[in-house]
Amino acid sequence: MERRTFIKRTAAAGAFAGLGSLGLVSFAPERALKHITILHTNDVHSHIEPFEPDHAQYPGMGGVARRYTLVQQIRQENPHTLLLDAGDIFQGTPYFNFYGGELEFKLMSKMGYDAATIGNHDFDNGIDGLLAQMPHAEFPFINANYNFENTVLDGQIKPYQIFVRDGIRIGVFGLGIELEGLVGKKLYKETKYLDPIDITQEIVKQLKEEEKCHLVICLSHLGYEYKSDKISDVRLAGATKDIDLIIGGHTHTFLPEPSVVLNSIGKEVLVNQVGWAGVNLGRIDFYLDTSGKKDSRGATIIV
Amino acid sequence: MKRYLFLLLIIAGSCKFSDNYTPTRIEGTQLEITPAIKANDSIEMFIQPYKLNIDREMEQVLAYLPYNLTKADGELNTAIGNLMADALMELSNPIFENRTGDKIDIVLLNFGGIRSSIPKGDITTRTAFQVMPFENEVVVATLKGEAVREMIHYLIDSGNAHPVAGIELQLEKDNSIRKVLIQGEPLQDNRTYNIATNDYLLQGGDNMVFFSRAQKVINLDYKIRNLLIDYFKQEDTLTPVRDQRFIRVN
Repeated sequence: MERRTFIKRTAAAGAFAGLGSLGLVSFAPERALKHITILHTNDVHSHIEPFEPDHAQYPGMGGVARRYTLVQQIRQENPHTLLLDAGDIFQGTPYFNFYGGELEFKLMSKMGYDAATIGNHDFDNGIDGLLAQMPHAEFPFINANYNFENTVLDGQIKPYQIFVRDGIRIGVFGLGIELEGLVGKKLYKETKYLDPIDITQEIVKQLKEEEKCHLVICLSHLGYEYKSDKISDVRLAGATKDIDLIIGGHTHTFLPEPSVVLNSIGKEVLVNQVGWAGVNLGRIDFYLDTSGKKDSRGATIIV
Repeated sequence: MKRYLFLLLIIAGSCKFSDNYTPTRIEGTQLEITPAIKANDSIEMFIQPYKLNIDREMEQVLAYLPYNLTKADGELNTAIGNLMADALMELSNPIFENRTGDKIDIVLLNFGGIRSSIPKGDITTRTAFQVMPFENEVVVATLKGEAVREMIHYLIDSGNAHPVAGIELQLEKDNSIRKVLIQGEPLQDNRTYNIATNDYLLQGGDNMVFFSRAQKVINLDYKIRNLLIDYFKQEDTLTPVRDQRFIRVN
C-alpha cells in the first residue's frame, strides 16, 4: 500500500524532473546518480509495543518490531540508508519506569540506528540515569548546543558525526531545547544550553568547509514551530544556510508532508517531524549528481 | 572495487569536478506503522521477557475496591481525589516529620492530575500507573497564612474539585466563605503552614502561582505513583468517600 504510493510519487517526480534531465544529457551524459535514504523517528517515548487495538487515536499503530520490518525492507531497496532519532526516546510506558531506558537503547541498537539526539525527557532519570543506560546504545548521541563540561556526560556526546554512504559525506549535527523551566535542575545539573543559531552557523561552516560534507542534516529537539519567538525548527531553517534537512521532535507534530522552508539565502530546506510514539517512520530520499544543474532555489523537492 | 574505480574514471572524465555532488532531487514521504506490517520475530522475542516481567508486576493485586471511582461524583470534592490527598497526607507526614520535626498541615493536588477513573474490583500496580502516569514527586512548601489565604481564593475561583486534605472549606451559595479551618483551627495570617503538593504544581503548574511565595521547600524524593502503590499495599479494601472538606452549602 505504502510502497505503491511511493512508486507513484517517484513516477511523478521523474516526469517533473524530466526537463532538467534532458538538459543535462547533452552536457554530462555519464553522470552518476547517487541515492541516499534517510529514515527517522522522534518522540517514541518508550512505545515499544503497538497501541492497543481499541485505542481512540492510534488503534493498533506503531511498535518497534513492525518498524524494524519496514526499515529492513527499505535497506534492501537502498543499502545507502541512515536511521536517525530526534530525541525523547524515554518516558511514556512502564518499560521506562521498570528498566530506565535499557530496552529502548538495546532495541534501537538491534535495529541499527545510526545516531540519536537528546530530548528533554531523556533527562527524566537525571543526567546520571542517561549515562547509566549509554552502554546499551551502540550508536552515538549527537548534540552541539549543550555544554556538558561540568557534568558526567562530559566527553560522551559528539556535536556532529560524519557518515559516508556510497561516497557521499553526510554530516549530522544535533540540537536540544532549553532545559530550564522544562526539566528540573536537579535532573540536568550543570548542563549549559547554548544558542542554537550561533552554534548551527559555526558547525555547518565546519561541516561544509572542513569536513567537505555533501549533505548536512540537523537532528533537532527544538520543536517544530511556536506562536512566540522561541527558537524552533522552522525559525532555525530560516535563519541559517547550508542545511539540507532538519529532522525535528518535541512538539509531537504530525505534518501532512515535510515542510519546505526558505533559508537565509533563499534556498529550500526540508523540515520534517513524524508525530510521536513510533506511529510513523519518516523517509527522505536524496538523489545527488555532479551536474551542478539545479534551479536557483536548490534541488527539486517532491513531497 | 573494480566497478567503483571504473565509475570514478567516468566521473573524472566528465567536465565537472568529480567530488562535487549536490542534491538534484529530494523526495519526502511518511510511512505509517500499521498492523498490516508483519512484526519482526527476533525483535518480538527480545522484548518478550521484559514484557512478561512488566505484566506480572503490573497485574499484582494490591487492594480491593468495592465500587467505581470516577472524577464526576462531586462538585468540589470527589472520592477519588480524597483518596489521593489522604494517601499523600498519611504517607508523607512521617517522612516530613522525620526530616524537619514539623508536620504537614495541608495537602493540595490538582483535579487535572487525576489521570484516570478507577473501576471497582482488584487494585493493581497498573491502577497506580493509570491514575498517575507522571514522575512527579511530593514536595512540601512552607507558606505564610496570607499566602494560604491566596491559595483558598484560588480554590474558590477555580471551582474545580482539586484534591485537598487537612483543610475544611465551606462556601455560601454566592461563593463567599462560610467556614475555613486548617487542622481544625481558624486560619491565621501571621503563622506559617506546611503544604504538601507535587513538584509540577510547586513550579506554578495549573496557575498555582501562590507557591512562588513559599519561604521554604522540601523535596521528599518520593514519587506520587510510588506513594499510591505503597498506600494500596497497606490497605486491604479501599472505601474513599466524598465528604464535607470542600463544599458549597445550599
